[in-house]
Amino acid sequence: MAPEAHTDKVFDVELTALRDKLLDMGGKVEASIAASVRSLIERDSSLAERVRTQDRDINRLEVEIDDMCRRILALRQPAASDLRFITTALKIVVDLERMGDLSVNIADRALQLNQSPPVKPFHDLVTLADLSEAQLKKALDSFVEKDVEKAEEVIQGDDLLDALYQKLFNELLTYMMEDSRVIRRATNVMFAAKQLERFGDHAINLAEMVVYMVRGTDVRHPHSRDIQQQG
Amino acid sequence: MTPAQEAATRREAETSQASGVPAVVAPSPGPAAGSPPPHVAPSTADREQPKLQIRALRAWYGQTLALKGVDLVVPPRSVMAAIGPSGCGKSTFLRCLNRMHELLPGARCDGTLLLDGEDLLGRQVDPVVLRRRVGMVFQRPNPFPTMSVRDNVAAGLKLNGIRANHQEIVERTLRQAALWEEVKDRLDESALGLSGGQQQRLCIARALAVQPEVLLMDEPASALDPIATAKVEDLIHELKEHYTIVIVTHNMQQAARVSDQTAFFYLGELVEVGPTEKIFTNPDKPQTNDYVTGKFG
Amino acid sequence: MKSLRWRKFVDRFWTVASGAGVVLALVPLLSLLWLVLSQGTANLSLSFFTHLPAPVGESGGGVGNGIVGTFLLVAIASAIALPVGIGAGVFLAEKGDGRVGDAIRFVTEVLSGVPSIVIGIVAYGLVVERMKRFSALAGGLALALLMVPTLARSTEEFIRLVPGALREASLALGVPKWKTSLRVVLRTAAGGIVTAVLLAVARAAGETAPLLFTSLNNQYWNLEPDQPTASLTVQIFNYAISPYEDWHHKAWTAALVLLLLVGLLNLLARVLSRNRMEAAR
Repeated sequence: MAPEAHTDKVFDVELTALRDKLLDMGGKVEASIAASVRSLIERDSSLAERVRTQDRDINRLEVEIDDMCRRILALRQPAASDLRFITTALKIVVDLERMGDLSVNIADRALQLNQSPPVKPFHDLVTLADLSEAQLKKALDSFVEKDVEKAEEVIQGDDLLDALYQKLFNELLTYMMEDSRVIRRATNVMFAAKQLERFGDHAINLAEMVVYMVRGTDVRHPHSRDIQQQG
Repeated sequence: MTPAQEAATRREAETSQASGVPAVVAPSPGPAAGSPPPHVAPSTADREQPKLQIRALRAWYGQTLALKGVDLVVPPRSVMAAIGPSGCGKSTFLRCLNRMHELLPGARCDGTLLLDGEDLLGRQVDPVVLRRRVGMVFQRPNPFPTMSVRDNVAAGLKLNGIRANHQEIVERTLRQAALWEEVKDRLDESALGLSGGQQQRLCIARALAVQPEVLLMDEPASALDPIATAKVEDLIHELKEHYTIVIVTHNMQQAARVSDQTAFFYLGELVEVGPTEKIFTNPDKPQTNDYVTGKFG
Repeated sequence: MKSLRWRKFVDRFWTVASGAGVVLALVPLLSLLWLVLSQGTANLSLSFFTHLPAPVGESGGGVGNGIVGTFLLVAIASAIALPVGIGAGVFLAEKGDGRVGDAIRFVTEVLSGVPSIVIGIVAYGLVVERMKRFSALAGGLALALLMVPTLARSTEEFIRLVPGALREASLALGVPKWKTSLRVVLRTAAGGIVTAVLLAVARAAGETAPLLFTSLNNQYWNLEPDQPTASLTVQIFNYAISPYEDWHHKAWTAALVLLLLVGLLNLLARVLSRNRMEAAR
């Protein structure tokens, strides 16, 4: 049976700490997007404010994780699976931090919208938000469980998310064309929806890195690499 | 393409913004293990006949089977590193390649060992002559203590009665070993006056003087300090322009720095062999991955 | 605190005791040297080295033939012992791990334990009785029998001391095994072997008993191997047991000469081995 632990126990501790920190950051991002959407739907401005301040924690974690990765690279010369894990960590930390920023953008839209009378409820927005959150959660789970199938499900799930965004976009456009007084408010909602769509894109990035980490094959930008692959 | 890759393709076609993340170079599913890695000058290596072909090589110490059937191909003018934990058989393997293994009492090896297509383990092959085609450098520098630097380098020529311009060969091999500048003014002084790193390069020059085709190196830098090690590694990089090199090392980072291909041995078996880059980023066998990441050994 | 004082006392006690032991050991050596020097220098002159012994009563004369005789005997002994002893040593080191090697080692051990006078008798039986005369050859053979065991053992030791790595290096260059043994290993061990030879020669030069009834003695110069030969040691013996006062003095002087000769050989051996040590460093 292959041993799980490195002979050098300190290295094991460092890798575990890195993983824990990544998951911590992921959890905070999950909480952040959920809170920001709720602050918009439930018109809760104080919640939106909290989302903004809590983003500082997410940013701080990005710096800390980068530092840990650099340290491990310098001192441990990781190879093979360890190397893929570290390079994955360096990549997904960027996506997670951006997702945190996207949540803050949604919170800002909420703050804007809460100053005006409520706009008609958009169930699709809630659905879009649920889907984005689910994508992130599944991507993080695939990372923890080293589950390539789950990661591939995330990558495929992006189609649905894009379709939902399109539907919402068209609805809002129609709404704006019907009544010009709602344009400002509808545009804000549209911006929020866009953040959710981009949120989904970042979840895809995360999932692609998980595939690389586990399988060792890079599945990103296959279209751009067609020429090389055909050669 | 996998479904994931299909989805990614479509997504990529939609998004207008370029993802700012550069693609990681991944080993493309291409030619077999013999292809030269990008940092070597594009050679005809994968179209020439392999220098060494090893099939079902086994080695015994008395009744104990130390090497349990190795199949390996070494392309010409490349460096093959053999790694593995202590007692895995990599040194035994190396010593079979120049038939030094069988010099130990009770030791023998069998199988097929082809050098340019000629079976070295055949009955009609004289091991003494073979060792002039397949040279060896050892872990601890071992210059002959009673001889000067010059005599040491020429020792292989003198002892074998090879008629040639010894002085010219001495200078040439010392230059090849990157030692000429350091010893050209003290060629007739004792070889023992040199530093450890210099002595090892002297031993390399001595091995090169008999003009082998293959050079075997048994942990050549393990007795040296880091700078001397770096010099020897740099030397290996230059030597592979002309020689085929097989190096055994217990230092994985050295194998990663120096070799084109890496073979991982464990408990007398060859577990995996492949391009060095692949072995150290994405090996096929989990055992290889565990060893390379330091989970055992 | 008490234990510290006790330890210091014990330490000093043993330092003094071992110092006293050294002095005690040196006393006989120094007194011997003193005695020989004081008694022997009286008659020491150039003619002592170059003249034949004078008859009783006459002054002068020397041990010239004894010195030459000793050289002759040692030369004959070396001619026999060196090839046999070194050869045996090489064999034991290279191929001596089997029954044959064990047998040879056993024989050399036994031989080295045999008293020198018994060796003399053996040489008497082997050579003197056959040739029906005393001869330098017999004396040389007796000395050779004394030299062979130590030479064989020392040669084996020095060859075994050559690191296996050197042997491997030579083999890896495609040098056959026999050539490796001869031209690499033996050459590396040569320094030590030379030292061993010098010490064996020094010992042989100082032997008396085996020469008493093999090479006997000779009043005149002799370089023929089949004739009895004078030697320093037998000369000293003859002078010492004689009833003549004059000859007793000459015995002391001859002893001094012998001591100088042996001392020189030992010194040479030491200098050579030290040079080797420094070269190796």
